[in-house]
Amino acid sequence: MGGVSDAIGANFVTARLDKLVNWARKSSLWPVTFGLACCAIEMISTTMPRYDLARFGMEAFRASPRQADLMIVSGRVSQKMAPVLRQIYDQMTEPKWVISMGACASSGGVFNNYALVQGVDQIVPVDIYVPGCPPRPEMLIDGIMLLHETISKGDYDASRVAG
Amino acid sequence: MSAATGVIKDLEERGHGAFVENVDDDRMVINMGPVHPATHGVLRLLLELDGETVISCEPIIGYLHTGMEKECEDQNWRSAVTIVTRMDYLAPFFNEQAYSLAVESLLGVEVPPRGKYIRTLMAELNRLSSHFVWFGTQALDMGAMSGMFYGFREREVVLDFFEMVTGLRMNHNYIIPGGVWEDLPAEWEPVCRRIAEIVPNRIDEYEELLSRNPIYLERTRGVGVLSSSDAGALGATGPMARAAGVDWDLRRDVAYDAYGDLDFDVPLRTDGDVYARYEVRMAEMRESIRLIRQLIDGMPSGDYKNMDTKLTPPPRSELNRSMEAVIHHFKLVTQGYTVPAGEVYRAVESPRGELGVYAVSDGGTSPYRLRVRDPSFVNLQCLPVMTLGGLVADLIAAIASIDPVMGGVDR
Repeated sequence: MGGVSDAIGANFVTARLDKLVNWARKSSLWPVTFGLACCAIEMISTTMPRYDLARFGMEAFRASPRQADLMIVSGRVSQKMAPVLRQIYDQMTEPKWVISMGACASSGGVFNNYALVQGVDQIVPVDIYVPGCPPRPEMLIDGIMLLHETISKGDYDASRVAG
Repeated sequence: MSAATGVIKDLEERGHGAFVENVDDDRMVINMGPVHPATHGVLRLLLELDGETVISCEPIIGYLHTGMEKECEDQNWRSAVTIVTRMDYLAPFFNEQAYSLAVESLLGVEVPPRGKYIRTLMAELNRLSSHFVWFGTQALDMGAMSGMFYGFREREVVLDFFEMVTGLRMNHNYIIPGGVWEDLPAEWEPVCRRIAEIVPNRIDEYEELLSRNPIYLERTRGVGVLSSSDAGALGATGPMARAAGVDWDLRRDVAYDAYGDLDFDVPLRTDGDVYARYEVRMAEMRESIRLIRQLIDGMPSGDYKNMDTKLTPPPRSELNRSMEAVIHHFKLVTQGYTVPAGEVYRAVESPRGELGVYAVSDGGTSPYRLRVRDPSFVNLQCLPVMTLGGLVADLIAAIASIDPVMGGVDR
């Protein structure tokens, strides 16, 4: 954020538009409810009293992808689920981000067989990978804070150009 | 199926998206899930509705199919525990326990008393933590958001103990064929007693919140009824069956591990509706506390796992001294132990019902075939019977009362 100009009183704040937009975006991410497996339980735990995701302005998980801009892929993605996941991602509004939560979503985890997609990055672009099986809520929060950092550093118009 | 079958088939072919289709003026086919906040994971339901009334309900599963049974065939008998613990992810200890009992039956080995008690203690604590999640999610589904916060608050307390003992909050890989992997840490007892002390008060809070709440009673009494004959015919087990008056609990009737030494009651109701299931699970939590107290008091000393060096790696200190120990260690790590050829079915009473493992060995070091009878899978097929003719809102209550875990259903 910019500085407060004394010349015109304390009622004005100056800032670069991209910084301001990025600050607004990172402070109020709206995750889509996309619980898949074990990690989903830890994702829910993260929103619950002890870890309290509301501190980061993102306790409101939206059931509709059209109201969400963050997808936390929490769990193993089966071949049958893959097209559903992609459709949900496509329905989300730009700009949007993806966190791949846990070993299964990131790489297939301990399961290397006919049933599982070996990493959700084969279907959607992933911004942050959170390791663990399942990751502790602290690890997910760490991933979210890394994402905040990425968003505040990013070119606020880039995703629109790329999309 | 009804006249809508053609429509459903047509829609199936067009893909997986959410859709609403009018069959005629009054009836429509609605796709609920696989991404829906009230379906407890990736359950998908094809509903045919007449206004608000459910005419047909078809659960479609497989969105979380992980191929775990097949995966186990690539693991040795010991490391397959890593896979099975991830099946029903709210009840990891039960998966491990059922699998370990099956392997022990094939091996013909005994678990030392302390091992049995630790297993039973972890299982009963796991029943608590699983029922806390059930309490939270079903309260949320009925519109009581705060119930969710309460349920998960207590779950953290139990998970702290799990983490202290196993190092992990979930997917513990702790119960193994022959006993448990590590002994309880030195300071386990006060922590465990504290859980047994605070949880009954918290259950009282839950009861205050919901048991006589008029909205809750309206949403659950006489809703999603499953008769005892239907429960029997469809293979329902656990709280689903006991709420319908089927007096069957594997802990009492086919006692395994330490349950034979313990004194407990099996809660039973006869109404078979959503509220009866609520009552049964609430009473079960109180019984679990009773069991946990007995297990703490009666915890025997001694070995926590079968120390046969053909089954368990020798202690690390021995490896520097004994060639025998090094050989045993090397064999177990590189290849694992062999299990005599044969087949066996062993089951445990998980929070959702009978969780059985059917294991086949061809005498090798890994399972020839492993089949898991998951209670969520079987209980889920009761859903159409429970919901036909009811309202969509009742369907939500019915799903919540089944407490399905899709990780267990699809495996």
